[in-house]
Amino acid sequence: MEIQKFSYDNKIVKYFAYATIIWGIIGMLVGLTIALQLAFPEFFNDYLPLSWLSFGRIRPLHTNAVIFAFVGNGIFTGVYYSLQRLLKTRMWSDKLSYINFWGWQFIIVCAVITLPLGISTSKEYAELEWWIDIMIAGIWVVWGWNMFATILNRRVKHLYVAIWFYIGTFVAVAMLHIFNSFEIPVSFLKSYSWYAGVQDALVQWWYGHNAVAFFLTTPYLGLMYYFVPKAANRPVYSYRLSIIHFWALIFMYIWAGPHHLLYSSLPDWAQSLGVIFSVMLIAPSWGGMLNGLLTLRGAWDRVRDDVTLKFMVVALTGYGMSTFEGPLLSLKNVNVISHFTDWTVAHVHVGGLAWNGMLTFGMLYWLFPKMFRTKLYSKKMANQHFWIATLGIILYVIPIYIAGFVQGLMWQEFNPDGTLVHGEFIKTVEAIKPFYVFRSIGGLVYLIGAVMMFYNLFKTAKQGSFEADEPAEAPALSAVLAQHANEKEDWHKRLERKPVKFLIWSIIAVELVVWLKLSQQ
Amino acid sequence: MGIIYIMLIVSLIIAIIFLIGFLWATKTGQFDDDYTPSVRILFEDESVEQKTETEKEKKEKQQNQTEHGNSKV
Repeated sequence: MEIQKFSYDNKIVKYFAYATIIWGIIGMLVGLTIALQLAFPEFFNDYLPLSWLSFGRIRPLHTNAVIFAFVGNGIFTGVYYSLQRLLKTRMWSDKLSYINFWGWQFIIVCAVITLPLGISTSKEYAELEWWIDIMIAGIWVVWGWNMFATILNRRVKHLYVAIWFYIGTFVAVAMLHIFNSFEIPVSFLKSYSWYAGVQDALVQWWYGHNAVAFFLTTPYLGLMYYFVPKAANRPVYSYRLSIIHFWALIFMYIWAGPHHLLYSSLPDWAQSLGVIFSVMLIAPSWGGMLNGLLTLRGAWDRVRDDVTLKFMVVALTGYGMSTFEGPLLSLKNVNVISHFTDWTVAHVHVGGLAWNGMLTFGMLYWLFPKMFRTKLYSKKMANQHFWIATLGIILYVIPIYIAGFVQGLMWQEFNPDGTLVHGEFIKTVEAIKPFYVFRSIGGLVYLIGAVMMFYNLFKTAKQGSFEADEPAEAPALSAVLAQHANEKEDWHKRLERKPVKFLIWSIIAVELVVWLKLSQQ
Repeated sequence: MGIIYIMLIVSLIIAIIFLIGFLWATKTGQFDDDYTPSVRILFEDESVEQKTETEKEKKEKQQNQTEHGNSKV
C-alpha cells in the first residue's frame, strides 16, 4: 500500500481562531452596551444621544455579532481543524478556504457598518439587507463546496459523526437562509420581504428557530464530538447513540419553528405541530448532552486538572439545561407567561453563554497549544477565566430569569372588573430595572473573562512556534478500498459521488418549484 | 396560507435529501461499525506527530554530528 505524504492547513484555522476571539469580544461589548442602556437609559439620553448607538440599532448588531461573527468563526475554526484530520487530507482548495475567511469577515464588516446606520430588513436574526444576504449565500456555498470536495478526496472511508453534523449544518442553513431572505429590493439600501403578514412571520420563525438549531446547535455538536473525546483522550460514550441522535435531530428540528407564534393568527394545527415537535426534541437533545458528559465517565479526575474539559462540562450542562427549558417554553400554558418577557432572553443566554461560549473557549484553549507547539502560557489564568465565566453566566442568568417571571406575572394581574392592574407598560419596566443592573454586571464579568483568554492565548502564540503546514501521511483511499475488495472499487466510487450530484440537483429543483409557486400568486 | 404548502414542500425535500444520505450511508456500511471510529479519531495525528518529532530529532542528531565533525576539523 502506497503511503501518501501531505500536510494539514493550520494557518486557516489560526485565522479563524483569531477572528473568533476578536469578534467575540466586540460582540459581547456591544451586548454589554445595550444591557447598560436598559439599566441606565437616562445616562445614554443625556450624555450619549447618538442615533447609531440607539438600542433598536445595536441590538441586532449584538445578535449578529455573537451568532454569525463569534459562533460563525468558531464553527469554521473547529471545522477546518477537525475535518482535515478526520478525513486525513488537506482542505481541497486553499483558495476557497481563504475566500471563505475573507468573505465572511467582509460580510461582518458590512453588518457592523449598516446596522448602526439603521439599514435593516427588520427580520430578527436576518436583519442584513439583500446584497449582504446574497454574499452570505455565496460564501456559505464556497464553504460547502470546499467541504464536499474535501470529503470526496478523503483518505478515510468512514465519515466520523462530526462530519455528518457539519453536512447537516451546511444543507439546512443554505436552504433556510435562501428561503427566508427572498426579498424585493427597492433601492440599494432597502428591500421588503417577499412574504406578507402571518405568512412572513411563519417563514421568519421557520428560519429563526432553525438558526438556533442549525447554526448554534448542530455544528457545535459536531465540534463537541471531536474536541471532547480528543481533550479527554477517550472515545465518545456511545458512538451508536451519536448517530441515532444526529438523525433524530435532523428530521425533527425543522418542524419546531411555529412554537414562536403561539396564540397568533397562525392556524391552530400549525401551532400544535410546532409544539409537538419541540417536545419530542428533548430526546435527541438530551441524547447528545448525556453522550458528551458520559464520555468523561471514569475521567472526572482529569476534569479537575484540564481546563479545556472544565469548559466543556459547563458547555454540555448549559446545552442540557436550555434544551430542557426549550420544550417547556413551547407549551402554550408556559409560553403565555414567558412570551415577550426577559425569560426568553435568559433562555437564549443559557444557550449562548454556556453552550456556545464555553465550548468555544474550551476548544481554543486546546487548539492554541497544539498549533503553536507549546504549553498554555498560564494555566492559572485559564482556570481563573473558567471560574469568572461561570460566575458571569450565573450573575447574568438568574436576575434576568427573575425579571422575566416578574414581568410575565405582572402582565397577568387583573382587577375584579377585568382591567389590568398594571395598565401602563412602564410600571413593569420599573419593577425589573434593578435586575437589569445585575445582569449588566454578569455580562461585564463574562466579557472580562474573554479578554483574559485573549491575552493568555496571544502570549501562548508568542512563546510557541507556529507550524502553518503540519506534515501528515496516510494511505490513499483507493488503495484501502482495493485491499478490501478489488471488484468493488468502481461502484463504491460511483456511489460516493452520487449524493453530491443529487444534492445540487434537488436544491435547483426546489428553487424552481418555489419560484413557480411564487410567480403564480 | 399558501406559504405552508411551499414550506412543507421545502421541508420535506430537505428531509428526503437527508433520508437519501442516510440510506446511502447505511448501504455503504458507514454505520456497520459502531465502535472503532470513536477510538480511531484519538490516534490520528499523534502517530504522525511522533514521527515528525523523530524526523526532527534525526535531523538534529545529524546536525550535531556534522557540528562535531566540524569542530574536530
